[in-house]
Amino acid sequence: MHESTGAGPGLVVPPGPDGEIRYEVSELTRVEGEGSLNLVVRGGEVVTAQLAIFEAPRYFEQLVVGRTPDEVIDIVARICGICPVAYQMSAVHAFEDLFGVAIDPAVRTLRRLLYCGEWIESHALHIYLLHASDFLGYPSAIEMAADHRELVAQGLRLKRLGNRLIEVLGGRAIHPVSVRVGGFSRAPGRRALEALLPDLEAAIPEAQATLDWVATLVPPDYVREPQLLALRHPEEYAYNHGRIVSNDGIDLAPGEWGTAFREEQVAWSHALQARSHSGGVYLLGPSARVTLSSETLHPLAAEGLARTGQAEMIRRNVFSSIVARGVELLHAIAEARDIVADYREPEVPRASWTPRPGIAAWATEAPRGLLFHRYELDEQGLIRHAQIVPPTSQNQGAIERDLAGFAPSIISLPHEEATHRFEQLIRSYDPCISCATHFLDLRVDREDEAAP
Amino acid sequence: MPAQESRAHAGRQRTRADRPARPRVGVAKLTSCDGCQLTLLDLEDHLLDIVDAFEIVEFPEATSNRSSGPYDVLLVEGSVSTPDQAEWIGELRRRAGLLVTIGACATAGGIQALRNWGNEPAWRASVYPRPDLLETLPTSTAVSDHVAVDAELRGCPIDPHQLLELLAALRTGRRPQLPDESVCLACKRRGTVCVVVAEGIPCLGPVTQTGCGAICPAYGRGCYACFGPHEQANVESLAGWFRQHGVDDASAARLFAGFTAYAPPFRSEAESATRTAHRQEDPSHA
Repeated sequence: MHESTGAGPGLVVPPGPDGEIRYEVSELTRVEGEGSLNLVVRGGEVVTAQLAIFEAPRYFEQLVVGRTPDEVIDIVARICGICPVAYQMSAVHAFEDLFGVAIDPAVRTLRRLLYCGEWIESHALHIYLLHASDFLGYPSAIEMAADHRELVAQGLRLKRLGNRLIEVLGGRAIHPVSVRVGGFSRAPGRRALEALLPDLEAAIPEAQATLDWVATLVPPDYVREPQLLALRHPEEYAYNHGRIVSNDGIDLAPGEWGTAFREEQVAWSHALQARSHSGGVYLLGPSARVTLSSETLHPLAAEGLARTGQAEMIRRNVFSSIVARGVELLHAIAEARDIVADYREPEVPRASWTPRPGIAAWATEAPRGLLFHRYELDEQGLIRHAQIVPPTSQNQGAIERDLAGFAPSIISLPHEEATHRFEQLIRSYDPCISCATHFLDLRVDREDEAAP
Repeated sequence: MPAQESRAHAGRQRTRADRPARPRVGVAKLTSCDGCQLTLLDLEDHLLDIVDAFEIVEFPEATSNRSSGPYDVLLVEGSVSTPDQAEWIGELRRRAGLLVTIGACATAGGIQALRNWGNEPAWRASVYPRPDLLETLPTSTAVSDHVAVDAELRGCPIDPHQLLELLAALRTGRRPQLPDESVCLACKRRGTVCVVVAEGIPCLGPVTQTGCGAICPAYGRGCYACFGPHEQANVESLAGWFRQHGVDDASAARLFAGFTAYAPPFRSEAESATRTAHRQEDPSHA
């Protein structure tokens, strides 16, 4: 993932012609991944730490021009196969806010259930299939499964449960079809959801065990004081309603992201980077959410978090994001269980609405962080202009800052081990660069000695 | 980590030498959303058996182990949309025994193929302040436009059951059984009331290949052709039906200008939609 655009983003000129950048993006495309890292060390000092994303651009902001709101929902899902629900829902809420659509309370609850499904699927995927092998010393979950088959099987069961929730609500796990402006094209019957209840009940102890297990994984010793940003709601763990808040005083309506942040293009990446207007970088995702919204966690998740004793580590050490993901996995499963147990079908699964011209903007929480959409609609209710700011483009600045901050303690290690640590750092963010994992080709370029 | 688990598993461990030769499978990605390769990981109930039956030697989304081939089977996701990819797919073809394209991007160019009507330079300039920093092709095209393809799985995304059928067929050396009938037949089989007849909802089911299980009508909306045109799709006739039933030309054209817009039978119907939508955005565009 993914290109994004902004209204009038600035351009950062790459560091000057003094040879600091040794590797150009066009050369790195020959590696089979979609991103890479450029790190330049001079005299023991990190002078450049760049995450290069060269996922081929697909111009989604242009693909939606001239389309109706419901068509936009289908199109933007395709930005990401791992978190299509968040893309659909940021768009839905933006349009409903502009059109003044009143939503059936049961639909509002079903939407939370849809988010639960996506978070369960995505977090179980990341914890078990992508990230845990870093801590346990395997190249992948495939090799990990050879030694820990039941552990991986448990992760797959949890992941499947998330996918089944999305399937019941939306017809299929990837790019579900039922999300529409106003609600759902069809709401699930009570029996279809109740069929999931035994598995949801069984998943709660498995999610508790998952959290207890990831809390035993030892993160590298790297702490800092990050600026954290997330959606927060006073009464519920925020997925799609609330305000955009930070730990240093930002407090915005979900459509007002653009008043505090901007996007800019950097020479080394196909993703535009987001920064605050003062140029600061900030961190999104599970660590930010758990820190900023711990008081609205499901009681079981709050209890689990307390049992780990790692709230402070989650805030300060990005490697502990796997624990934050474990907390949210438990939260989403427990909330899904509660919703399914109390489910009643909505009286109006899909509210009627009339398009109107204007600006539609909203932010919701994708599994990996805040996702902002902004659309301009014309007199016919068709899209005239779009801006989509994915979480990874917002986290890119924080990733690069952390690479630079982490590097001094790492560059003395053997090259292969340093590579692994840097890669693990980036993976800790659960970046959604398509090919979201194991994509890193690290070149530590020591200017004062022969490059490795 | 439960201690008993390692012991329980010890009996299942086999050394590499015990194993029959397993097909070497690679997964590669071009321009796409990752959803189709994720479908492999979404075969949760079968995944551990699949990695027993196949040797996954290249799958960057899932493993740090890398292999530049040769592959007995290579699954390719995504469309060809950059000069590097156009070169790279030829290289991949040489390294693959069987090359299977997976998903609408790889088999038809994907939603990003809407750029193929001549909009790409303007789009690039509208998204990026420095368009010169990107190397892209003006088109997004199917893999089969560049190299020979041995089999394809349609869909946006592919269907997990079809993927499983493909893998089973590969393992046993038979042809995969993939239906080439229309979504309409799948709807009948599923017992779904026709959304066109009952509710007058425009639906591409009559011209679209099934494989998804006719999800959309079952969820109360029209098919939007994730799986592309079926073999005998009479697109012109359906477009005429839309017009007769009050669907304006622009809306009908936008229906075809979807995730398989550049598949030939849909292409001409989709064309007017992309031209209409972007005429205002790009005054230079004829």
